[in-house]
Amino acid sequence: MAMTSGARPDSYLGAPYGLAAWLLTKDHKRIAILYLISITIFFAVGGLFAIGVRSELMTPKGDLLSADMYNKLFTLHGVVMIFFFLIPSIPATLGNFLIPIMIGAKDLAFPRINLLSWYIYVVGALVTLVAVFAGGVDTGWTFYTPYSSISSTTAVTWAAVGVFITGFSSILTGLNFIVTVHRMRAPGMTWFRLPLFVWSHYATSLVMILGTPVIAITVLLVAAERSLNLGIFDPARGGDPVLFQHLFWFYSHPAVYIMILPGMGVISELVAAISRKQVFGYAFVAFSSLAIAIIGFLVWGHHLFVSSQSIYAGLVFSIITMLVAVPSAVKTFNWTATMYKGSVTWESPTYFVVGFMGLFVIGGLTGLFLGTIGLDVHLSDTYFVVAHFHYIMVGGAIMAYMGGLHFWWPKMTGRMFNDVWARASAIMIFVGFNLTFFPQFVLGYLGMPRRYHAYPEEFQVLNVLSTAGASILGLAYLLPMVYFTISIFKGAPAPANPWGAKGLEWEVPSPPPTFNFDEEPVVTEPAYNYKPGREVTVG
Amino acid sequence: MASHVHTQNAHGAHGEHEHNPNLQHHFYSMDQQLEASTLGMWVFLVTEIMFFGGLFMAYIVYRTMYPDAWMSGSQQLNVPLGAMNTAVLIVSSLTMALAVRAAMVGNRRGQIRNLILTILLGTTFLVVKYFEYKSKFDHHLVPGDHFVAPAGLETMAPQLQIFMSLYFVMTGVHAAHMVVGIVLMSVILFMAWRGRFGPQYYTPVEVSGLYWHFVDIVWIFLFPLLYLLGFHLGGAAH
Amino acid sequence: MSTSHPVPAHSTFFLVFAALLVGTGLTVLVAKYDLDAMFHVTWLNTAIALTIAIIKATLVIVYFMGVRWNTPLTKVVVLAGFFWLLILFGLTMNDYLTRGWLGVLGR
Repeated sequence: MAMTSGARPDSYLGAPYGLAAWLLTKDHKRIAILYLISITIFFAVGGLFAIGVRSELMTPKGDLLSADMYNKLFTLHGVVMIFFFLIPSIPATLGNFLIPIMIGAKDLAFPRINLLSWYIYVVGALVTLVAVFAGGVDTGWTFYTPYSSISSTTAVTWAAVGVFITGFSSILTGLNFIVTVHRMRAPGMTWFRLPLFVWSHYATSLVMILGTPVIAITVLLVAAERSLNLGIFDPARGGDPVLFQHLFWFYSHPAVYIMILPGMGVISELVAAISRKQVFGYAFVAFSSLAIAIIGFLVWGHHLFVSSQSIYAGLVFSIITMLVAVPSAVKTFNWTATMYKGSVTWESPTYFVVGFMGLFVIGGLTGLFLGTIGLDVHLSDTYFVVAHFHYIMVGGAIMAYMGGLHFWWPKMTGRMFNDVWARASAIMIFVGFNLTFFPQFVLGYLGMPRRYHAYPEEFQVLNVLSTAGASILGLAYLLPMVYFTISIFKGAPAPANPWGAKGLEWEVPSPPPTFNFDEEPVVTEPAYNYKPGREVTVG
Repeated sequence: MASHVHTQNAHGAHGEHEHNPNLQHHFYSMDQQLEASTLGMWVFLVTEIMFFGGLFMAYIVYRTMYPDAWMSGSQQLNVPLGAMNTAVLIVSSLTMALAVRAAMVGNRRGQIRNLILTILLGTTFLVVKYFEYKSKFDHHLVPGDHFVAPAGLETMAPQLQIFMSLYFVMTGVHAAHMVVGIVLMSVILFMAWRGRFGPQYYTPVEVSGLYWHFVDIVWIFLFPLLYLLGFHLGGAAH
Repeated sequence: MSTSHPVPAHSTFFLVFAALLVGTGLTVLVAKYDLDAMFHVTWLNTAIALTIAIIKATLVIVYFMGVRWNTPLTKVVVLAGFFWLLILFGLTMNDYLTRGWLGVLGR
């Protein structure tokens, strides 16, 4: 790669040189960059599918696309965005890059498995692309049976196999993080001195390990049923479609925590840095990550409220769903308390943090609406659900991802970017996002179903607003691609600690050398030690 | 959190960084490497528990829904062959454990002997499985268009197909894991033959052994749940 | 530098091996009898078969896989795996076994 890093010639970017040195690397930082490029490509692919969806929805009649084509577009939008962008995004880029440095290690526990996880991602992505070109998939990203296993005539098997393969990328990443955090911490780096970014990625990894295998076997069963006419989910032979839903959502609900927990880790880091303060209630935030991961496994039935799941089970799942909101709320209160009376400076990461806070709160609270069975009967499969999850996944997770990218960009590339443009793009993303998705809450409440390409006339105004917002949002996401790219060639060389933040990653050069540290660090201070004095001890 | 970058190998009792050629650069001791690798393999096995767990979940749900079809379906399976395969895998677990032990003490002959035995036993399992599957094909018990319910069981033909579907998928996924295990053991055998393992370094043998034992454990549950369910009603021994 | 892992005695492995074979034989033997019909229950045969299987699996895990001599963390990981399986089974069956409990048609 001929891109010059602004800083040292012996950084991880410079040496060793050449394509093979990148494609066969064992360096976690290079693997993070490989992932960064891949997921950005798939973000664009998923965005293209969204353009198709929102274009059709500008007019009430299904006049732009056939119903079948529309089904394929929203399905592929979901599949690509979830499996090939959101789930890997923060862990495979920022997590891979930062975790070893943050804990004072030279690399992750299993560098070759890290590289393997990227190759598995690429293979899974290519297999799924085959599905796109072999006729698409029209089942929805949820692959509900028996439509997916029997009736659909689209390339479901290819997509199912693609998702199956990519799941192992996630599993190997999680495995690596768990062993690394347990076994590779530098001397003095006790659990309660770890950055909260590490705690959230540890919790995320627990979810990856325990949940992903179940969706793996489930999509494998769908593929097997399609190709071998097996009958496991075939109602004509006594198969139970609700069994598929249980197995699917056992993973796919915790999967949303795979998508948000790393974002929360980013926010914890950014909040401390922009406020120049220890995170309020550090231990509570750390334990909340674990609580979200664990309780998140106990609520999947809230996706089955309107199926034939027993009402009794629905009640149990509903109550636990209320509980899972608590640790998220704890974190939100603690971040706010951290910023209160902090010396907050308003660079671009701050904009993303503030944007996250508002949008995550809206997204999270509307989840409680949906978790209430009585309300869910009316709101299920409407645009209310669509708005809810986009508020969390885009307003929350992607905002956090952008904030993290901006915050650690100087560290990863050794270059400063133009912060004026960055702040402008943060504002444009915020405005575009709300214009796209807030009307969808109203549409859902008014009864517009999701996954329909035509709708009653009276919903048009809100749909047009939503599409207008989506256009702004799409352009807003292009901006960082431009100024980040420019920064690589023209940005000022970045110092080791451009934000004046605390953390081991800010004590190594920007960009870091291949083995991170010249000598193994010894940690003697708590995390976020902006005001030396009290150390958090637990137990 | 400031770091104070000292020149020190501050890992307590371990003293000097080791220079064993098998020590990967990001680990500071052979012990750390072994412990991390063992932990890593166990984390992977947890994913395997959940992977097979999805299949066992389907088994439990359908058995609850169709107890009669489950009994009758089980009767179509070959208990003597299944029991023999169970014994074969148990012996292979013994030889695997002995192979790891041989590596721990640097006994090259013992490693080679036990690894070869493990591979042979695993292959025996797969050969028996092949004959079992062939018999199912011959008796039209493969679910799908060519399925023919055994005499007297026509009314439960649909649910019997679900049982047979789970039988094939559960034992098939298990067999796929056996194949991977045999390939893995062949690689380990080659390395053992080259004298790569001893008390200082036996991590690959240990870690592969964990995988092998796990595949055995899955079978320990598959056998009674699939084969023995309807055994008291008499087996058709297909 | 030798590791701190003890080398298990041959006898340990052979004893466990014997126990595993005995357990297998026992499972097959018990399965020949319809204990459910004898005791007028629906679960006895399965309970016995599963109990023996769990004991066999535990022996393999503790001795053949060496968890007996592993760190507490490894032991927690093993237990967590099986516990998570119970969550999957338990909460799913919480649906299937409670259908019709609340008197709502079809639910």
